[in-house]
Amino acid sequence: MITATNLTKNFGRFRALDGASFHVGDGEAVALWGANGAGKTTAIRCALGLLRHRGSVRIGGVDVRRDPRAARRQVGYVPQELAFHDDLRVIETMRFYARLRRVQRERIDESLETVELARHARKRVRELSGGMKQRLALALALLSDPAALILDEPTSNLDAAARRDFTALLRAQKRSGKTILFSSHRIDEIEALGDRVVGLDQGRISFECAPGELVRAADLRCTLQVVVPSEQLDEAMRVLRAGGYAASRNGSAVYIETLADRKAEPIIALGAARISVRNFDLSADDHSAQLSGGES
Amino acid sequence: MTHIAARMIRIAGWAAPRPLRFSVRTVEVFARKELRDALRNKWFALYAAAFTLLALALSFVSMGGTGVEGFAGFGRTAASMVNLVILIVPLMALTAGASSLAAEREQGVLSYLLAQPVTRLEALLGKYVGLAVALIGAIALGFGLNAAFLAIRGGTGQIGGFLTLIGAAFALALAMLSVGFLISACVRRQSVAMGAALALWLVFVFLGDLGLMGSALVMGLQAPDLFHLSLLNPLQVFKLLAMGGLHASLDMLGPAGVYATQTYGGALGWLLAGVLAVWIAAPLALAQLIFARRDVS
Repeated sequence: MITATNLTKNFGRFRALDGASFHVGDGEAVALWGANGAGKTTAIRCALGLLRHRGSVRIGGVDVRRDPRAARRQVGYVPQELAFHDDLRVIETMRFYARLRRVQRERIDESLETVELARHARKRVRELSGGMKQRLALALALLSDPAALILDEPTSNLDAAARRDFTALLRAQKRSGKTILFSSHRIDEIEALGDRVVGLDQGRISFECAPGELVRAADLRCTLQVVVPSEQLDEAMRVLRAGGYAASRNGSAVYIETLADRKAEPIIALGAARISVRNFDLSADDHSAQLSGGES
Repeated sequence: MTHIAARMIRIAGWAAPRPLRFSVRTVEVFARKELRDALRNKWFALYAAAFTLLALALSFVSMGGTGVEGFAGFGRTAASMVNLVILIVPLMALTAGASSLAAEREQGVLSYLLAQPVTRLEALLGKYVGLAVALIGAIALGFGLNAAFLAIRGGTGQIGGFLTLIGAAFALALAMLSVGFLISACVRRQSVAMGAALALWLVFVFLGDLGLMGSALVMGLQAPDLFHLSLLNPLQVFKLLAMGGLHASLDMLGPAGVYATQTYGGALGWLLAGVLAVWIAAPLALAQLIFARRDVS
């Protein structure tokens, strides 16, 4: 459904995409994974024909550069930064985009019902919460019942509850057969929605894997902060190092580097050595805490 | 040779020429939205109100000054209206055009709009048409109330010249709107676009006139040079066209006017209208070229 071949994009001297190629099959949900600046948003913007690029993107067999309108007609788009005309009401916004997409008015009500926004139709866009705006973006993306959805970090600006609700909406769309290309740096989101993950690193495809293999494929690590009794600190360090963990200490805390999906293992190892773990947390400045979906 | 050209095109990252796909309906959707936004824009409303009130004031003053009600009311008012149009219409059109793309680009709305199944040409033309209708409506309102006032007071004479003035004012508005769109296509921030529009307005209104006079004195320019140089300023072209419509000759504008009348004769009006048409089409075409080639962030 969506095929990108040798996508290359420069911003001045900075190469944001460097020969990236990926494919999203019909009905498949593919996640573009990568840290900030890896090229996820650039890849999506190239796919939509918003950025001039080298290489090609085909959507439903249509080259985005040659016939951007026909290519974009086949997709609904949810951007990372939501920007609508804030002075319009929800229903007016829906009508405007319905006219642009040449969609019957009945679809407006259906789309609003799908995202549970029908009762807010008279509200002005500026009065909506972040979660509601995100649902409005999805309603707009679904207006023409397109075959594919392209979503850029769809839940990055949402709180935990709104994120859960929105992911459920997307899963329903996936079940209905929609092809989905989305960018994310959240493992929980990728596991809930994705069939496959395409990893981007400095504009290049660094790996492709199943969602369950992402932690190992991307070698995602996090730092655990574990508090143990001071008299057991030395023993804890010995046990951890013997178990192959990179560990260091600071006061009564031990810092342990571990794979993001194996956080319990060092704690279990300490317990097996009869070391009392009083508390544990992800290190506050740990970037990978975000990658692993942690709230800390 | 063809192979080398194809290779150069590939290296430069250019795409092969695409067939022009264009939907009037999509243009209309954008135009309606732009018209609605313009009518809700307080700056636009302020300019339009100022233009209308000043136009009414001019008609009142010119009728009062005749001493005999209605005598040559249209001609006298039209002559005063030329200067009012030169001041206000370019300001309205330049600022409206300059903020059209730049504002939505800065808000991020433009990127979302262009992610829809529309082309950039449709978006640009739709916005242009919407703003053009709003501008022409505002100018027509000013002239319409002006004419109604004169008609009620029994004004007569030179209705043809008055209509020429209205047509020329419409053309000037469209030309300045095109220049505004060109500014908007070139800059990313709305504040920069508005600054550029105001600077250009000053250049057209004041520096254009004073610069021409100064150049004539310093460089000893002859009448033909003066006339041809004045064609570079759309405001001067409008003035020549409007005055020509009102007076049948441009002799009252001095040697340059005499030269224009003697050289071009009956074709002068068409020449001036053609120059204004170029001022409408060329900046808009250039704006589209730039808009179509730039990334939308």
